[in-house]
Amino acid sequence: MDTPQLIENFLQSLTAGVLTGTIYGLLCVGLTLIFGVMRVINFAQGDFMMLGMYFAFYCFGAIGGQIVFGDVIGPFVAALLAGPAVFLAGLVAHRALIARVTGTGAAALEAEGHYAQLILTLGLSLVLQNAGLFAFGSAPVSISTPLSYSAWEIGPLYGDRISVFVNQGQTISALLAIGVAVAFALLLGRTRLGRSLRAAADNPRAAIYMGIDVERAYRLAFGFGVGITAIGGGLLASSYPFQPYVGLEYVIVMYAGVVLGGLGSVRGAFFGGLTIGLVQQLSALILPTQLQNTAIFVAFLAIILLRPQGLFGMAARRA
Amino acid sequence: MSDTFFGSGRTSFGIPDRKRGVTPFSVPFSRSHRWWILAFVIVYGVIALFVTNSYQQLIMTVVPVWAVMGLSWNLLSGYSGLISFGHASFFGIGAYFVVLALIELDLTPWIGIPIAGLLGALAGLVIGIPTFRLRGHYFALAMLAYPLALLYVFEWLGYQEVAVPMKRDAPAAYMQFADQRVYVFLALALLSAAMIVTRLVERSRFGRSLLAIKQDETAAEASGIDTLRWKLKAITLSGAMAGVVGGFYAIVLLIVTPPAVFGMLVSAQALVVAMFGGVGTVWGPVIGAATLVPLADMLHAELGHIVPGIQGVIYGLAIIAVVRLAPEGVFWRIRDLITDAAARRRSASSATPASTPHDASASVARSAGAGSPDTGAPTAGAEEPVSAARADSMTEDSPARPAENDRRRRAERLSNAPVVLEVRGLTKAFGGLHAVKDVNLDVREGEILGIIGPNGAGKTTLFNLLNGFTAPDAGRVRLYGEDVTGVRPNRICRRGIGRTFQVVKPFARMTVAENVVIGAYVRTARDDEAAALAHRALETVGLAAAAHRIAGQLTNRELRLMELARALASQPKLLLLDEILAGLAHDEVRELIDLIARLPDLGITVVIIEHTMHAMVRLVDRFVVLDHGAVLASGDPDAVTRDPAVIEAYLGRKWLEGYARDR
Repeated sequence: MDTPQLIENFLQSLTAGVLTGTIYGLLCVGLTLIFGVMRVINFAQGDFMMLGMYFAFYCFGAIGGQIVFGDVIGPFVAALLAGPAVFLAGLVAHRALIARVTGTGAAALEAEGHYAQLILTLGLSLVLQNAGLFAFGSAPVSISTPLSYSAWEIGPLYGDRISVFVNQGQTISALLAIGVAVAFALLLGRTRLGRSLRAAADNPRAAIYMGIDVERAYRLAFGFGVGITAIGGGLLASSYPFQPYVGLEYVIVMYAGVVLGGLGSVRGAFFGGLTIGLVQQLSALILPTQLQNTAIFVAFLAIILLRPQGLFGMAARRA
Repeated sequence: MSDTFFGSGRTSFGIPDRKRGVTPFSVPFSRSHRWWILAFVIVYGVIALFVTNSYQQLIMTVVPVWAVMGLSWNLLSGYSGLISFGHASFFGIGAYFVVLALIELDLTPWIGIPIAGLLGALAGLVIGIPTFRLRGHYFALAMLAYPLALLYVFEWLGYQEVAVPMKRDAPAAYMQFADQRVYVFLALALLSAAMIVTRLVERSRFGRSLLAIKQDETAAEASGIDTLRWKLKAITLSGAMAGVVGGFYAIVLLIVTPPAVFGMLVSAQALVVAMFGGVGTVWGPVIGAATLVPLADMLHAELGHIVPGIQGVIYGLAIIAVVRLAPEGVFWRIRDLITDAAARRRSASSATPASTPHDASASVARSAGAGSPDTGAPTAGAEEPVSAARADSMTEDSPARPAENDRRRRAERLSNAPVVLEVRGLTKAFGGLHAVKDVNLDVREGEILGIIGPNGAGKTTLFNLLNGFTAPDAGRVRLYGEDVTGVRPNRICRRGIGRTFQVVKPFARMTVAENVVIGAYVRTARDDEAAALAHRALETVGLAAAAHRIAGQLTNRELRLMELARALASQPKLLLLDEILAGLAHDEVRELIDLIARLPDLGITVVIIEHTMHAMVRLVDRFVVLDHGAVLASGDPDAVTRDPAVIEAYLGRKWLEGYARDR
């Protein structure tokens, strides 16, 4: 392979990495509200994302999003609608199961309830994955839209030997992801609701004294967290095929991004996710495609073993 | 002796333990354990003999397989508390090795399976060394990444589906039998081996050390437990068990795919059967596997074509139910029911003595007291003015307060005694803040040295530097001339520095005797000697009568004494006591002071951090005053308490007035 070809491959992977990474960033923003800010372990985060993907899939196809909004806008509308839908699912899951091991319910538990959360959400994850298998079938699906197959060509550059193709669907998805992430960061940072969430996470008891409904705060945070991740999942659904077990791989992606970005920081989580996307896509330059996920897992291990305090944010508590 | 001296280590992950009914000298199930195992194997084997349906035979083979996986998980996670989400790594490595070795090297599984165990052990070691730097959920998530990474590697290598080749000429030599029952017996043999291994671990210092790590890793390390070594041993043994059973599983199923052996469900199944049955016990994983595996498999066989993921759903629901309803697992639930019923029958009339209220909160309750320099003696006799407390202690006929002459003679003797601990230029900064700044100290044999100073003066940090929890930025620590700077805490404990903690760190779910014996392990390789050392230490502190009580139920005074006994059991040359009087009532302080004053006679040199000044002036031979991390003053109690700088920085004006009155 000659140099221009190498450069073109690199630029192409870089572009793919930025586009995918932006959506990974949004996934991580959802998780960081639950894990980074509220300090609740949710192993089933990836499975809520899977629910978001299938919601978007059916919303676009079976329910008629395609007919109402058309091929071009439909997938994006479906992805955004996955947010509120999974938000509700998150509220239900929290109220029925997870409330017992978070917030004030965790006060009496070992390690702030982390073990109980971990194991409870592992059970939830197994149920969601396998119930998904029953409900959605095991064959991979994806939302097909004309934009998934169209690209802008940048170039030719460097004479006419290098040109980079930017996928249109992914670009719009990435822009939407940025929009949702920014809107959410503002919600968390600027509004009364956001402040009460952070107060409840910081010190549940003090927050109760200040008149904050801590149970509700944890429930809302869980709902928002899985809802935002579900939007990210919906946006991914038009460019990657998925099946009910997809969540497991993304749970690693998300935790890697959140830890990399430093716990508690929304911005850090976003850039952490972006970095993981870049690692994944750039690894394709030197590794066979089947090993892209292995690259992510290795990156994840490297991050938590070597820099558990993250690259961007404050120290993560390892205990 | 040790069989009856300690209870069995019961543990749970989710919800705090309820009171555990341990009666001294009778531990249910312990002696009869091997007979229970034997009886189980015989019954299971006899049933297997008469089962002819090949599907049922397969289930009877798979149940022990998952029971062994559960035991393997339990050995690491159940005892040490580090939850593994990645036991599929070892299982899958074992499975693939046995099949590939059979195909490529014509290696019989009879040899291949033991080698798979070695590979599993090796994988455990390789994974454990980096991953044990993590704790809690980070450990769990990191463990998850290993099998998933391996899964993709094996797919990439082209091993999507590898079948065991049929050996028609010599099937038995390749572990291939027409009679499915042979597999049941083989699986049963593996299971009984795994149960015996687990039982041996559980009853040795191996198991007790793991349980100590689970309850308080810091305290375990300070008590001389080499936490990393025990965790590595646990994951190595655990990996070996999983590797063996993975290899066997491949031979039973005749086909290996990456998701089937490296997939999440493998790791989850190991965790679920163990947690469902009960962690920290031999029988838990067996109960869990015997209940869940047939249930899931049969439902899968009946409904699998309609509801494809039913197995996963069953395991998911089982684990949710366990966390919600019986967080300790089925085994402990049943045992509680049995022992409770027995206890009710035995003592229908005789009321059990009311247990002492848990008093640990008292130590938390004393908090900001010493923050302001005006309250030199905030802990004992809070309502009492400092001067009165001091006058009281002066008139006390107590051995702790030597007459002036004795004191002088003692000081002379001490000044010629060899130096136990030599601290030179010790410095530690956190960020920009110097917690400890260029501290020089000599502690002489038989001395009681008091370290005082306002809160945040760096006293506890100094202790952490001395016993190895924190590595200094600069400076040296020498114990009897040997450099111990930067040595790990358990090694420091081995070399002879013991310590207690400002906030008591008991192994809350162990008995007092078990707590103290952990400290003794470092001094002897024999368990009966360790028990004897522990017993002697308990007698020294006067807690021998409480040996069989659960640490979580002790009062603050008893906890402090127990922690002191745990430190004494390691036979330290030097003992670091960090605010050991905190939260104690006046007469309790006196009891403990008298006890500490006797330690030099046992050949133990003492360094003590304390705010209770009136107690300190009659206890210590010498003070070192820390302020802002540096030594402000040092010398005998009279000189130091009259030093204007010390009064200004720490004791306060009130002290001066009271002191002047006493004179």
